[in-house]
Amino acid sequence: MPGRARGSVKRAAAAANPTAGEPPEVLIDYYRRMALIREFETRAGEMYTKAKIGGYCHLNLGEEATVVGLMAALRPTDYLFTNYRDHGYALCRGMEPGPVMAELFGRVDGVSGGRGGSMHLFDVKRRMLGGYGIVGGQLPPATGAALALTLQGEAGPDADAVMCQMGDGTTNIGAFHESLNLAAIWHLPIVYVVINNGLGMATTVEHAAGEPELYKRGCSYRIPGERADGNDVIAVREAATAMLQRARTERKPGLLETMSVRLRGHSVVDPARYRSREETAELRSRDPLPAFREQLIGAGVLDAEAAHAIDSAVERTVADAVAFADASPEPAPDELFSYAYATEVPNTPRAMPGDPVLPVGWDD
Amino acid sequence: MTDVLMPRLSDTMTEGSIGQWLKSENDEVRRGDVLAEIETDKAVMDLESYSDGVLQKILVPPGQVVPIGEPIAVIADAGADDGSPAAPSATAAAAAPAAPATAAAPTPAAPTLAASGAVPASGGSAGAAPEAVRLKASPVVRSLARTHDIDLSTVTGTGPGGRIIRVDVDRLIADSAASTKITEPVGTAGPVPAGPAATAGAVPVAAAQVGAVGDDDEQLPLSNIRRITARRLTEAFAVPQFYLTTLVDAGPLTDFRAQINAGLGADGVKISVTDLLIRACAVTLRAHPEVNSSFGEDSIIRHHRVHVGVAVALPDGLIVPVVRDPDRKSVSQISTEAKDLATRARDGRLKPDEFAGGTFTISNLGMFGIDNFTAVLNPPEAAILAVGATTEQTAVADGEIVVRKVMKLTLTVDHRVLDGATGATFLADLTSLLQNPLRIVV
Amino acid sequence: MAEITYRQALHDALREEMTLDPSVILLGEEIGIFEGSYKITAGLLAEFGPERVRDTPIAEEGFVGAAVGAAMLGMRPVVEIMTINFSLLAIDQIVNHAAKIYGMFGGQTAVPMVIRTPGGGGQQLAATHSQNLEVWYAHVPGLKVVAPATPRDAKAMLTAAIRDDDPVIVLENLALYNTKGEVPDGEQVATIGRAQVIKPGTDITVVGYSRSAVIALDVAARFESEGVSVEVVDLASLRPLDRETICRSVSKTGRAVVLEDDWLTYGIGAEVAASIAEGAFDYLDAPVRRVAAAEIPLPYAKSLERIALPDADVLVRVINEVLDATRFTRGESR
Repeated sequence: MPGRARGSVKRAAAAANPTAGEPPEVLIDYYRRMALIREFETRAGEMYTKAKIGGYCHLNLGEEATVVGLMAALRPTDYLFTNYRDHGYALCRGMEPGPVMAELFGRVDGVSGGRGGSMHLFDVKRRMLGGYGIVGGQLPPATGAALALTLQGEAGPDADAVMCQMGDGTTNIGAFHESLNLAAIWHLPIVYVVINNGLGMATTVEHAAGEPELYKRGCSYRIPGERADGNDVIAVREAATAMLQRARTERKPGLLETMSVRLRGHSVVDPARYRSREETAELRSRDPLPAFREQLIGAGVLDAEAAHAIDSAVERTVADAVAFADASPEPAPDELFSYAYATEVPNTPRAMPGDPVLPVGWDD
Repeated sequence: MTDVLMPRLSDTMTEGSIGQWLKSENDEVRRGDVLAEIETDKAVMDLESYSDGVLQKILVPPGQVVPIGEPIAVIADAGADDGSPAAPSATAAAAAPAAPATAAAPTPAAPTLAASGAVPASGGSAGAAPEAVRLKASPVVRSLARTHDIDLSTVTGTGPGGRIIRVDVDRLIADSAASTKITEPVGTAGPVPAGPAATAGAVPVAAAQVGAVGDDDEQLPLSNIRRITARRLTEAFAVPQFYLTTLVDAGPLTDFRAQINAGLGADGVKISVTDLLIRACAVTLRAHPEVNSSFGEDSIIRHHRVHVGVAVALPDGLIVPVVRDPDRKSVSQISTEAKDLATRARDGRLKPDEFAGGTFTISNLGMFGIDNFTAVLNPPEAAILAVGATTEQTAVADGEIVVRKVMKLTLTVDHRVLDGATGATFLADLTSLLQNPLRIVV
Repeated sequence: MAEITYRQALHDALREEMTLDPSVILLGEEIGIFEGSYKITAGLLAEFGPERVRDTPIAEEGFVGAAVGAAMLGMRPVVEIMTINFSLLAIDQIVNHAAKIYGMFGGQTAVPMVIRTPGGGGQQLAATHSQNLEVWYAHVPGLKVVAPATPRDAKAMLTAAIRDDDPVIVLENLALYNTKGEVPDGEQVATIGRAQVIKPGTDITVVGYSRSAVIALDVAARFESEGVSVEVVDLASLRPLDRETICRSVSKTGRAVVLEDDWLTYGIGAEVAASIAEGAFDYLDAPVRRVAAAEIPLPYAKSLERIALPDADVLVRVINEVLDATRFTRGESR
């Protein structure tokens, strides 16, 4: 139904038991992934405080259900573009925790050899085409990737698609609108996903968006929008799967908004003082991870012991990742210019700060 | 067909202009005929023809500045008239007289493309060039100097602001290849020419110091003399110098001069205060050889002869004709010579060697009623004496107020050559001499 | 060897590369039905179809960024930005994305895209449409910026740019589109990153690129008849910058003037002059001079526009000033 967005928050089919009908091993795997993200992000925050990680560091804490749900909808052959809050997505795309942590540490064994850091996780083999640090910057390239897909293959159930993740604040930037417009007029297989945690840094969605129901913002481009409960992994997966399906078979872009909470500040250095204690406590009560665990235990998929075993396993995994990162050497100085250009050309700059513009003796 | 080239008529001359043509086109000329008056940086000189023929073409109108070696006219063989224009620049330049080591290569005038905004290249001088502030040389020149072991302080810079540019050293390198001595010896054998101390570290005239021409202003082109005066004084001003002033009781000198002139009769050449000063300075210099010296970069040159220059104001510049050996001449001889030099200086008729080679300079502005002033050094000379007017002043003598005639002298001293005490001793002796004028002449 | 226009040369390069390589696609405003604001893409829509010759909406950030993403997936997009002035709307995609993706992701993916865009003033297009912003891009590592001066180079450089795996900005110039020149038949691929001595000389080096190289060549010919041998160095590639060719020329002549269409302060000439000052210091006989545009938003009025832009006459004047400052003797080349 072009031009009309669905108004209700989409929940999994049976509200009473959203996990009904799901194979237990799938649910357990989702739990394991969510637990892995939680542990990874918690340790990343810790490593930041230990100055092992530099720069900016944005965590997926509180978004575990959303991340796992979205990634469950994506096929390994699909392409993913995200913003800078990208650790959980990378892990769910199958990138090893060790190299991801090493990237955060800026070490040679990082996924990009330590050149990108936390905001720029990338793995071409797993079609994780990047976390991007500039708000909105990932949208036009993601759109272009979808354009390439239309030139490289036919539409159909087996066709590849692109998912482009962003935060709620990004829907206000020009690139968002230009990209959605291009996707609409060119019929591109792309699903734009807005992770609405209610805050762009400290600015509320209501304060920043003329249409605060963000999934409706595709209206101008007749891109159907949908809102899903970001704390419900199955609901997110279902909504994303449906949109990806339309993208594959009909070459129709979609706009999915997931509602979740950011348990911490915008980044690890943000104490989130703009929230009251009561608010923070209330947010904690909506933490998706314990909720999902209780749900699975209640449904008999997991017992406390099994859940604990999973928790312990991811703790070990992440501990190993930290150890791996810590053991990895820093990039050597002679690697500085290793990726100056993909096509080498004469006179590619190789000068270090303070070097002469031409080597001494050039005129001998 | 012969090109008449802008001649080199002084050691410092790198360019000149035509004062006036004394022959017209199609005039017959004979060897030795004066073709034109050439205005050099110092004087107006006659240009004589070196060949017989017909002045076929005048290439440079009066007033236009051209580098030496540039064709300024064409003389056709008598009877021949092929109507062809002047030889191309290259030929002309090749035909130019070989300039000595430190002179710039001749530069023919730029063809049409050069018309806009050409920077005139000003002349420079060889000789003992005192270092002013810092030596200005282009990077390539510095590089060449290192390679060819050239002492740049001896090289005349002819680029903007006195910068030593490549053409200034190319000749030296060529000469060096011909095993000629590169660096000029610094005048131990004779008087150091008083030419512009061009090379080393001419003080750059920064853009900010150059005036802008407004609607209410008129722009006057620099004459050669003004140009050279401006540059030389700029250079001189950069020399570390100090000033010593003394008050001379001028009564005896005035009386002495009146006595001499009274004795000359109506026809005699009247002795001026300046004449007496020349002699007095010469005598005192003889006793103070350390003052009769020049700065020679790596050395101080002490002159065994005394030559005293006297600054002469010209309508558009300054020139310093030199009285030679005044310590060995009578005051009347000095007076005759000085007057002749001054007259010819004002007419632009001095020969180059008449304004070169001084060892000390006197500048007297007393006749203009100036009581007291300081003169700018005349490098490479170590000192210059500024002489003020003789005036009446009250003084206390033996407890009584008396009126007496006084004259202020200010000695400007090149501090690189002399120190304060040496200068002061010289000035004290000079003062004493002037106050006992009879000793001047005996 | 045929004599064709710069415009035709660009067109031919596009057409040949599209014929050879199906991954080459064109994106830009009015490049299809309208055949391009300056008609570079004339006929290509008809020949290659709307999938490969894609008219875009007026959304520079969107379609330049889309080219980045398409390039990451192996396409070779050639984007036309109608004039370089509009590239500012896409600068985040050019500087923060196209230029960064290869290195920032550790060489995992290249961005083989081309941005073609003309710069230049002199057409009475006023301040916003007359700029020479090439230095903005030439400043950024990860980009390559080429600036062909002749039809021959336009074709060879655009071909090289399309085959290059990095984002390449091909700086065109409004004033050059109609200029004609010999273009060799058959495939010609330029080497990006090399300057070229387009006229050898011994007395003074004039450095230019794009339109300014053409002017320099013309001025050099005029000086030749006056006995001054001008060497003209066409930078051709603004990034990478071939400092050695520049300095080698100056080491021969000892004198240098840079002619540039952009503004003086922080301009291309500033970089060239600094490179000469450092690399060829010991050869200089006079300071390097720069001839650049007056630093003012370019007025519309013809009388003001004309004097604000560098031209051959100004170059002649400045060359003479440098020659005079070194007391150069005409007709007596070293």
